[in-house]
Amino acid sequence: MNSAGARLAFDPAVLFKALFLGLVAIFVLVPLLATLLGGFKSLGELRVNPFGLPAQWEWQNYADILFSARYWQLLRNSLVISTLAVALTLITASMAAFTFAHVRFFGSSMLLSYLTLGLLFPAATAVLPLFIKVRDLGLLDTYFGVALPQVAFSLAMSVLLLRRFFKDIPYELLEAALVDGCSYIKFFRYVTLPLSRPILATVGTITFVNSWNAYLLPLVMLNTDALYPWPLGIMVYQGEYSSEWHLILAFITLTILPTIILFLLAQKHIVAGLTAGAVKG
Amino acid sequence: MARRIAITSPIGVAGEAAPQVAVRGPGWDGRFTVLILFLPPALLLFTLFVVLPIGEAAWYSAFNWNGFGRPTNWIGFDNYRFVLETRAFWLALRNNGLIIAVSLAVQLPLALTLALMLAEKFRGAVALRMLFFMPYILAEIATGLIFSFVYDGDYGLVASIWRAFGAEPPHLLASTDTAMLAVLIVVVWKYFGFHMMLFIAALQSLDKNLVEAARIDGATRTQTLRHVVIPLLYPTIRLSVFFAIIGSLQLFDLVMPLTRGGPADSSNTLVSFLYNNGISRMRVGYGSAIGVILFAICVTFAFTYKRWFMRDE
Repeated sequence: MNSAGARLAFDPAVLFKALFLGLVAIFVLVPLLATLLGGFKSLGELRVNPFGLPAQWEWQNYADILFSARYWQLLRNSLVISTLAVALTLITASMAAFTFAHVRFFGSSMLLSYLTLGLLFPAATAVLPLFIKVRDLGLLDTYFGVALPQVAFSLAMSVLLLRRFFKDIPYELLEAALVDGCSYIKFFRYVTLPLSRPILATVGTITFVNSWNAYLLPLVMLNTDALYPWPLGIMVYQGEYSSEWHLILAFITLTILPTIILFLLAQKHIVAGLTAGAVKG
Repeated sequence: MARRIAITSPIGVAGEAAPQVAVRGPGWDGRFTVLILFLPPALLLFTLFVVLPIGEAAWYSAFNWNGFGRPTNWIGFDNYRFVLETRAFWLALRNNGLIIAVSLAVQLPLALTLALMLAEKFRGAVALRMLFFMPYILAEIATGLIFSFVYDGDYGLVASIWRAFGAEPPHLLASTDTAMLAVLIVVVWKYFGFHMMLFIAALQSLDKNLVEAARIDGATRTQTLRHVVIPLLYPTIRLSVFFAIIGSLQLFDLVMPLTRGGPADSSNTLVSFLYNNGISRMRVGYGSAIGVILFAICVTFAFTYKRWFMRDE
């Protein structure tokens, strides 16, 4: 009742709040909208009117990119690498996490702490030896040369998140299954995994977003333009069209579009995943 | 576990012994199979691509080596000396410090304020949360390119604001005085939403009774905030600080499209310094030495921070 009464009266706190939120919203939105709209302008118009709506909508900028093989090739490469990274992370991490959660053996906790060492430092620290390793394995300039290190670096977090979830599956369930002659592996396949869809989705999301946006590893591991994922491709594009900003802005818009669509479709998973992943690490 | 349950079970009669033996037999076999099949893939990948490279970085850093053939030219700790004697290294370190300072002084209060505003339910709160979180999921590369447009001295948003006031537009990214400042603004733009979400998650799992109790006891809104809510958020604040620092130490993708670390190394971070001086010139020994230094900073920081500030978690 009190707060209802307060809301009716003029409240400077509410005004301040609205103003503050509005300012931050503008701070976030303006660069994004200017990018989207800039892609619809001609270069000349961009120079005199970078903020407003285009006087004349140049659909050609976007159409040219959408009908170019280059754009789709970049997206395809990114999709292949990210899918590989997600699939391999989910498979290897869930198997390891299952073992750490349900199988007690000598050295279990030691091995788990060994894996969690991976949380301590970024891939960049060892990127030169990593490059040499990937080269010596003959994986340079292949999708796997990018995806495998990405999997390795996402393992620590993934195993921790999955193990925590697996441990909450009642032990009695496993025990009963074992008594009935079910093997660990069947239990993993038919009980653990189906019960763990939410956390698998979370881990998958984190890995996908990281891999989809990654720049440094592909930059070091790939030499052939035809294999470039989109962050590399867009840098090359920018180099070629250096100050034809209208084209670059259209290209940026189209390359971040998949991310934004995915985000709008799966925002709950993505927010939960990215923050949970962070908190529980 | 199985055995202990059988022993302490109140109906622990002889009849239970039979299935128990059955459990232990195939149980161990099954466990062994799981160990052999399920652990090696993860351990192998992790060892091969994470642990070994770090060890090798330490080894390579003692050589003057361009990456071809075997490393033979042993120079001991000279690479480390070269790194420490480079002015650009200290600039990069300073820039990382600046990023941390801005994260703590600007980004964290901003994120916390927004979280406190948006944790309450009102029309549009969820939409605003999503909007503020959006920069975080965009690729750093895309963000960097967007802002190199924003800052562009000929076509950019900043330039047009300057021109509206009749002033000659600055080339922010091309000047050693302003390049790092420009990068810092982008860092805040990109990451405050993530920290805000951390705080919102914490606020939503907060024990409402405590806040309620304070209000009933006559605490004002500000008092409740200062003496109840914020202290309850301390663990999350410490976590947020932790991520801000670790994130700063990894920052690279964002810098490349903006400035590539320039001009004159004025906006390098440690990783972009590593890239510009080690990787792009294939100076494996020198680059590895930078990597080892970065590794040492990360590990020392993570351990001390956990020990000093996150002891209770």
